[in-house]
Amino acid sequence: MKFSEQWLREWVNPANDTQALMDQITMAGLEVDGFEPVAGKFSGIVVGEVTSVSPHPDADKLRVCQVNDGSQTVQVVCGAPNVREGLKVPFAVVGAVLPGDFRIRKAKLRGQPSEGMLCSEAELGLSENHDGLMELPEDAPVGQELSDFLKLNDVTIDVDLTPNRSDCLSIKGIAREVGVLNSLVVEGPDIAPVEAVHSEVPEIAVRAPAGCPRYLGRILRNVDLSVESPLWMQEKLRRSGIRSIDAAVDVTNYVMLELGQPLHAFDRDEIEGGIVVRMAEPGEKLVLLDGQEVELTGDTLVIADHAKPIAIAGVMGGEHSGVSEKTRDLILEAAYFDPITLAGKARHYGLHTDASHRFERGVDYELARDAMERATALLMSIVGGEPGDIVEVVSKQDLPEDRTVDLREQRVADVLGLEIDRTTVEEILTRLGLHIDKLLKNGWRVHVPSFRPDISIEEDLIEEIGRIYGYNNLPVTEPTGSLGLRVQEEAVRPVSAIQNYFVACGYQEAITYSFVDPKVQGLVDPGREGIALANPISSDLSVMRTSLWSGLLKTVAHNQNRQQPRIRLFETGLRFVTQGDQIDQQPMLAGVVVGNQLPENWANGRRNADFFDVKGELESLFRLLGIDIQFLASQHPALHPGQTAELLRDGEHVGWLGTLHPQVQKKLELNGTILMFELFLNSIVSGYVPNFKDISKFPEVRRDLAIIIGSDVGFADVERVAKKHAGEYLTALRAFDVYEGESLGEGNRSLALSLFWQHPERTLNEEEVHSLFNGVIEALQEELGATLRS
Amino acid sequence: MENLDQLVQDGLAAVESADSLQALDQIRVEYLGKKGVITQQAKTLGKLSAEERPAAGQKINEAKGQVEQAINARRTDLERAAIEQKLASESIDVTLPGRGQDLGGLHPVTRTLQRIEQFFSRAGYTVEQGPEIEDDYHNFEALNIPGHHPARAMHDTFYFNPGTLLRTHTSPVQIRTMEAGKPPFRMICPGRVYRCDSDMTHTPMFHQVEGLLVEKDVSFADLKSTVEEFLRVFFERDLEVRFRPSYFPFTEPSAEVDIEWGREEDGSIKWLEVMGCGMVHPKVFEHCGIDAEEYRGFAFGLGVERLAMLRYGVNDLRMFFENDLRFLRQFR
Repeated sequence: MKFSEQWLREWVNPANDTQALMDQITMAGLEVDGFEPVAGKFSGIVVGEVTSVSPHPDADKLRVCQVNDGSQTVQVVCGAPNVREGLKVPFAVVGAVLPGDFRIRKAKLRGQPSEGMLCSEAELGLSENHDGLMELPEDAPVGQELSDFLKLNDVTIDVDLTPNRSDCLSIKGIAREVGVLNSLVVEGPDIAPVEAVHSEVPEIAVRAPAGCPRYLGRILRNVDLSVESPLWMQEKLRRSGIRSIDAAVDVTNYVMLELGQPLHAFDRDEIEGGIVVRMAEPGEKLVLLDGQEVELTGDTLVIADHAKPIAIAGVMGGEHSGVSEKTRDLILEAAYFDPITLAGKARHYGLHTDASHRFERGVDYELARDAMERATALLMSIVGGEPGDIVEVVSKQDLPEDRTVDLREQRVADVLGLEIDRTTVEEILTRLGLHIDKLLKNGWRVHVPSFRPDISIEEDLIEEIGRIYGYNNLPVTEPTGSLGLRVQEEAVRPVSAIQNYFVACGYQEAITYSFVDPKVQGLVDPGREGIALANPISSDLSVMRTSLWSGLLKTVAHNQNRQQPRIRLFETGLRFVTQGDQIDQQPMLAGVVVGNQLPENWANGRRNADFFDVKGELESLFRLLGIDIQFLASQHPALHPGQTAELLRDGEHVGWLGTLHPQVQKKLELNGTILMFELFLNSIVSGYVPNFKDISKFPEVRRDLAIIIGSDVGFADVERVAKKHAGEYLTALRAFDVYEGESLGEGNRSLALSLFWQHPERTLNEEEVHSLFNGVIEALQEELGATLRS
Repeated sequence: MENLDQLVQDGLAAVESADSLQALDQIRVEYLGKKGVITQQAKTLGKLSAEERPAAGQKINEAKGQVEQAINARRTDLERAAIEQKLASESIDVTLPGRGQDLGGLHPVTRTLQRIEQFFSRAGYTVEQGPEIEDDYHNFEALNIPGHHPARAMHDTFYFNPGTLLRTHTSPVQIRTMEAGKPPFRMICPGRVYRCDSDMTHTPMFHQVEGLLVEKDVSFADLKSTVEEFLRVFFERDLEVRFRPSYFPFTEPSAEVDIEWGREEDGSIKWLEVMGCGMVHPKVFEHCGIDAEEYRGFAFGLGVERLAMLRYGVNDLRMFFENDLRFLRQFR
């Protein structure tokens, strides 16, 4: 909410300066977002009077004026369309400085001397309005400094109110807070009932009392809306961020700002029959004041006449029934609309108005009558008119309940951590307008006024006390009490250990959006539909990822487009897949690698990373985690059919490693050989706790062999067969050479293996080893068709 | 015997001029070997009388010793020279870069999260996780934000359907933790959160850390110390902290936390908002089946990117999710 500091100070005027005042209300929970002087910086502007106007001899659009600045009359050439004899205007005399450091000098305009300048609002930094000269009231004293006349030593303060503090959406409310903080009495204008001078009253039927528990109407006849609202009112509105429209609208806005009650004025002649407050008929149409036509939904509360809706209740009036210069008779509306009924309605129609903002947060439900009286009196003082009686329709049972809240002294101390003496508590509550109904043995029974819909429980009151006492005046103590420390399983490695491992392997961690481009995802995980957002921010961030690859590959593209040929990235995070109508949110670990395996330098050379580089890194990770993973040749739609491994742990799928399929790569416009892996984090983090075994004191025996075997036989098969026949004392089996060449015949390759045996309790003898070794060779020959290489 | 002095002189000269270990060894053999010229002098002892013999023998021994000492000294010199030469030939350019893998790095958000987690772990907090696709109940209702509540407008929520959404904050993990366990609680929940908002200062995804402490006897004063200590440790300096009354539906009293961040032109403190916090709202306890008369609690929440930006001087939030290597590498 924006408001004029001067206006506030009319209600309550603490001794602190602007900055101190703003700090004070900020620290009371009404956060000041900013402030702005109400006018640009200028000097030498006085109230001038145009005493004569004559045409410019050499320019059609210019006029030659005589202007009285209070001490002399000078000639000024002016091009404004509204310049006329007798007009009082802001006059920049020679030597004046306008905002933007623009100095006024003697000049000649098309040959005619001009000493000074008549100003528009825009030229003074008062508003954007540069349609013509700013017109000052007829009684403005000629020669007075404009800033004195308009009291421009003022700022617009913008408070960012939290949604609970609807009571501060008015000068009255903010003044109340300032009064409490400075222990000052707050004084507003006297509001007295306006006496009716005729007996005409509007016919009002409230058919939706739950949405509109209170509705007041009054007829004001024979108003003259050609009269503008007075400058002081226009200025207060302007300084509070509201543009002047006409007297009727200005007054309703003024009272809304002043007291917090939104009001509306209808043109009585446009209303057929009487006023009906009801829910809209679905499909009913209404052209609003802003010119847009809306189709109403059945859950919208409307103000209607006997034929049609004339306003969306608490949001915006209709164009048809709005007041205009021709309006003679007004119906003034002041109502209390139920916040829950109005919640979200403005937004539904793409609107957000000062009225809807207040009603949704809760207006003082006892305020309507005062506001109506205040508005009537103000209107009559400007546009005249004959008031009738107020008609009030109220449904007591639908009004918010009158609340009392009990507050315990001990609870205040327990929650705030400080015992605050009774007098201070009572003073804070009373100044806030809360009434202490009864002193209880252990505290107080507090009556909550109608302007504080946010207060309904004890904690609400404790917060008020803490807030006014000052959070920063409360003590600082260490929490006591402690929990038994939770067991941290040693076998389960924290994700940070995995992250740190990849960092040591040269990977950079990425964090990509959890929602991705469905087109990219369709390429890396074609079989699956990502869960779609109903309201995505854009189409390329519209479905939840089913694989971390979508985001990582986009990141590869981003970096390849920025001359980064060597990219090693990993990410951890959830993927989102559906299993029937269940949503599974699975923590994943994924990585992509492209470019040189090692940073290019004199020693590392420039070999591209390949499958076995990344496989080796994963194998080390699995050792770190203490788990045993099998790599199985397999197929994945996004991966190269000959370079894809499915990773298994105890036969269960835990992830994929492979080279990005060249066709997918082409579609994604990526360069190089891209290696990728993705693993289920939960399947790999849990390993084992080490269990010591005696170290064998006996020698280890090594035997090497080389076999020629079909290229389609995997090393894993060779290993499996060899291990099966190598006996229980085999400690290791390694492939130390793999060779493919013409000499071996097509479809063959040579594998060189070393096998290691060791017995825990004795030295293995030559015969034993020999027999095991031969057993292995025979099995490889018989089961896998291997031949021994000579 | 006059000859002996001459032999010693010759020997010493030969040792002096030996330019290799081999040559030196030859000289040793020539003078001191079994058939060496000085060794041979011992044969002349037989011709001497018994009285002369000991003195002559001693002389020969002295001569041998003299030459031997010279040989040893020379050998040490030659050996040292040989080693020096070998070392000289083996010298490398130690200023060339090393071989092998480069170091990667953690994302600055992770780096920041790890520091935050470390602080709270030391203070006895557990680290909890929760789902990112949440239901309306845990994200809003249970946190005292019913459907019509104006605070919902503060959360630009991504929806899948009316009851399912992307969590807008990590606060639902408070609820899930309290539902699943029994008080007391000390926990934090770091994680991704989502708001339907994207501009210079907003990304549709960001990270929060939520904290919750529930005990029988805990007050706003305890919350103040926890927050102040955390900020002091995080920024590694004493800084001014202030608690400004604010509003969150799930805490009461509620506060926003500002820290001192530089000075205004007039010398006054420039405040920067970094966290939100408050005492757990009784309605939240009620939703979790905890007796608000028996237990009290405090909760706090902070934006990880915001803290990372302040800590590392990052000036554009959006960079965190572009994952540009030139950005990421600055945090390793």
